[in-house]
Amino acid sequence: MICLTDVHKHYGSLEVIKGVSAEVAKGEVVCIIGPSGSGKSTLLRCVNGLEAYDGGEIRVSGTRVDRNARSIREIRTRVSMVFQRFNLFSNRTALENVVEGPIHVKREPRAEAQERARALLAKVGLTGKEDAYPRELSGGQQQRVAIARALAMRPDAILFDEPTSALDPELVGDVLRVMRGLAEEGMTMLVVTHEMGFAREVADRVLFLDGGVLVEQGPAADILSRPAHPRTQDFLRRVLNPL
Amino acid sequence: MTEFLSDAREFLPILFQGVQLTVLITVASLAVSTVLGLFWAMLRVSGSRVLSGFSVVMVNILRGIPIIVQLFYIYFVLPEFGVSLTAVQAGIIGLGIAYSAYQAENFRAGIEAVDRGQVEAAQAIGMGWWLTMRRVVLPQAIRIALPPYGNLMIMMLKDSSQASTITVAELALQGKLIASSTFKNTSVFTLVALMYLALSLPLILLVRHLEKRADRS
Repeated sequence: MICLTDVHKHYGSLEVIKGVSAEVAKGEVVCIIGPSGSGKSTLLRCVNGLEAYDGGEIRVSGTRVDRNARSIREIRTRVSMVFQRFNLFSNRTALENVVEGPIHVKREPRAEAQERARALLAKVGLTGKEDAYPRELSGGQQQRVAIARALAMRPDAILFDEPTSALDPELVGDVLRVMRGLAEEGMTMLVVTHEMGFAREVADRVLFLDGGVLVEQGPAADILSRPAHPRTQDFLRRVLNPL
Repeated sequence: MTEFLSDAREFLPILFQGVQLTVLITVASLAVSTVLGLFWAMLRVSGSRVLSGFSVVMVNILRGIPIIVQLFYIYFVLPEFGVSLTAVQAGIIGLGIAYSAYQAENFRAGIEAVDRGQVEAAQAIGMGWWLTMRRVVLPQAIRIALPPYGNLMIMMLKDSSQASTITVAELALQGKLIASSTFKNTSVFTLVALMYLALSLPLILLVRHLEKRADRS
């Protein structure tokens, strides 16, 4: 469903993605792990055209991702995104954030969109917060609104860009539980994360990215428990035993 | 003091005619400058190098030429090219165009102050450039731009007096005409100053209110 073939990207003379090929099948949960600066987020942002890539090809359900083409907007309605810093529209309530895309992009009837938005907010555990503004919500609550906003587009897949990295530790669980629920319902998810526990329990496959290179990929249990490559071993050792 | 009061009784009706023109020119040129300023600002953030460059050049030209020269140009030069405007029309358009440069910079600052992440979030749900502007950026940018916008209103009110140089008999020119025919400079110009102050004080209070509100949010 998401297909990357030999993707390259550079900022000036600095090459940040050096020929990555990978695939995410329908219903699959794939986690991208790796040290900071390895190009994980950049790669993710290329998938929905928030960043341009310079070589290779990315296809979503067969359509080539080209951020300058008209087709990019259609791709974005099918592939939602959840950001590290939530990026909720700060001048709109939780409910308004969720209905914004359905009403103004997909032109759904307002009443219907609102009804569905209430159901989505309930699903992420935010009943009663419909009329709260983002500044009145905790980080964890904001991120769950952002997930509801992503779901409201009825996407075929959701991209998560370090969705728990900006959260206080005690709020991480609420967000991860919602994400696990989505995975269990069969949502296709591509997740950049530092949460190794989540990757181990929820991901079907894990990609390890380092220095813009896809060093290793495979089933989560294999990569996280028996990494083959020394760079993966070294990274996991540092992440799992920081002291 | 009694002399001042009797002068005031005599001159105020004439000065009020000037006030009407001052208010008309201020309000109308505020409208022109707002629309045109928003237009420059939108070109500036359009993402197109050509449009953005055009906007930068225009704003700098308008900022670099004194308002009075721009007024002369519109009132005295344009007729040579077949465009004849009344003095009031020329005053409104001239002040509106001159101030559009400052409006543009104010709106641009407001637009650029909107969180970049929210723009990406809008794009990520499939919004195009214009929808992102209309639904996400402008509502927040205008809130940010409101207090400085109030300050521009005050400056425009005072700079409407420059229209006197192209024969618009607004408050300042009315005052000058009365003063030169009666030689009561002190009474007349004190009245004129007080009337400008009476017009700007509400605006000053409005700006203070807007700034307080902006601080809270």
